[in-house]
Amino acid sequence: MARKRFRDVKGASLGRPLAGEDGRTGGFGRARGDGSRLVVGLLVAASLGVITIDAAADESSPIDPARAVVGGLVGPVEATASGIVRPMKETITYLDANDELRADVARLSAQNSQLRSQVEQTPLDRNRLEELDGLTRTANRTGYAMVAARVVGMGPMQSFSRSVTIDAGTSSGIRKDMTVLNNDGLVGRVISATRSTATVLLVVDTDSVVGGRLGTNNEIGFLRGRGVTSDRGRLDLDLMDNTVVPARGDVVVTWGSENGKPYVAGIPIGKVESVYSTPRELAKQAVIDPFVDFTSLDVVGVVVPRNTDGDRVVINGAGGDR
Amino acid sequence: MILSRTGLVGAVILLAVILQVAVFNLVAVNGVVPNLALIVVVAASIARGPQLGAVVGFTAGLLIDLAPPADHVAGRWALALVLVAVLAGRVRADARRSPLVGLTTVAVCSFVGTSLFALSGVVLGDHALPPGEMVQVIGIALLWDLVVAPFVLPPLIALFDRTRSAELAY
Repeated sequence: MARKRFRDVKGASLGRPLAGEDGRTGGFGRARGDGSRLVVGLLVAASLGVITIDAAADESSPIDPARAVVGGLVGPVEATASGIVRPMKETITYLDANDELRADVARLSAQNSQLRSQVEQTPLDRNRLEELDGLTRTANRTGYAMVAARVVGMGPMQSFSRSVTIDAGTSSGIRKDMTVLNNDGLVGRVISATRSTATVLLVVDTDSVVGGRLGTNNEIGFLRGRGVTSDRGRLDLDLMDNTVVPARGDVVVTWGSENGKPYVAGIPIGKVESVYSTPRELAKQAVIDPFVDFTSLDVVGVVVPRNTDGDRVVINGAGGDR
Repeated sequence: MILSRTGLVGAVILLAVILQVAVFNLVAVNGVVPNLALIVVVAASIARGPQLGAVVGFTAGLLIDLAPPADHVAGRWALALVLVAVLAGRVRADARRSPLVGLTTVAVCSFVGTSLFALSGVVLGDHALPPGEMVQVIGIALLWDLVVAPFVLPPLIALFDRTRSAELAY
């Protein structure tokens, strides 16, 4: 083995006893082991240090500048990578919904690859247009000004947090604590923004708390996410008034906060799926089925102030596009 | 030479993290995607020992912790992946000899890595899910990593091996 010979040569030149080299638990091996133990120990300590620094800070963590730098560098790369696979992704979604068309596309692909790509691209563009149309409708309905953006990255579930990256940032006027929605309803809020990307915490995340209002009787409460985005992605609603029993199918909208930060008022969130009460708590709890499908997020709108100046078109609710 | 090799390892880590965040969500099962960064760390540890493995683990972990859209306390993935590197380094001699042991290592490391991350979340009260959901996520993650590992682990080990032989030759 060439490697072994190398080790012998090296060992000999360093004046180490060869006998120790050949033995599995020789001096060389142990020296290596100690070195690696030191490195590993230091890195574990470094990890714990970073965790401590970040966990100890409340509002502005010393880690935030590092996040901003990494976000500024990695964000655009994510956007590019996502852009490359987007046609593939949209095709998969589209084909999933149309088994019949899948067969068609397969036949066409055999006949003509160019034709096939057209077949795949057209509905893709149409879908995109429909979503943008929906956003404009939402802007008109709610009267808020919005910037359209696309989802380019989604945090892996292994991290147990539900957040996505969108491809618009501070250059488009997006700041922390802005409401994010799509044509179905409330998506989440912006938790950080770099120049060209922003991170959105979805309302289904366990750290997300949204003030909600029942559509029929204006009762208010708080919605907490369960941390799951799949079909079972649900929110829990705790009502302030414990005598109120929400009705099934009742729609919950955002209650809104001062200056619309982090949530503007009147955005539909979901509808009451079931109501239950726990023996420990007096208040009734309701399970809310969100309107938004968090597994297939694509075009979203970020609610911005009306006078926002940025590199993207601001969809103004009442006055039309600028 | 050393710089270019470091660059290569860095590029592999960056690619793994980007794929995980921006591309793999089209095959996500309940939001769980293959943990490519973890497989890179296991490969580094098997090919080059726990020392380099730990460095790769720390770098990859910190990148996952800081790159958007991460929202959890920074350092949690770094810690989990450093310990994964140590674990993979323990069995490296066997894992090099048999591909089956390599796959088993990935499975064990996936379970340990995701569990460690989940545990640190429970300790810090940071994005902790109910235990049932966590176990489910850990299980799906393990299966995903096992599906991807046969295609990814051998080339990665070969890649890290190449960086070693160049090192010895100079």
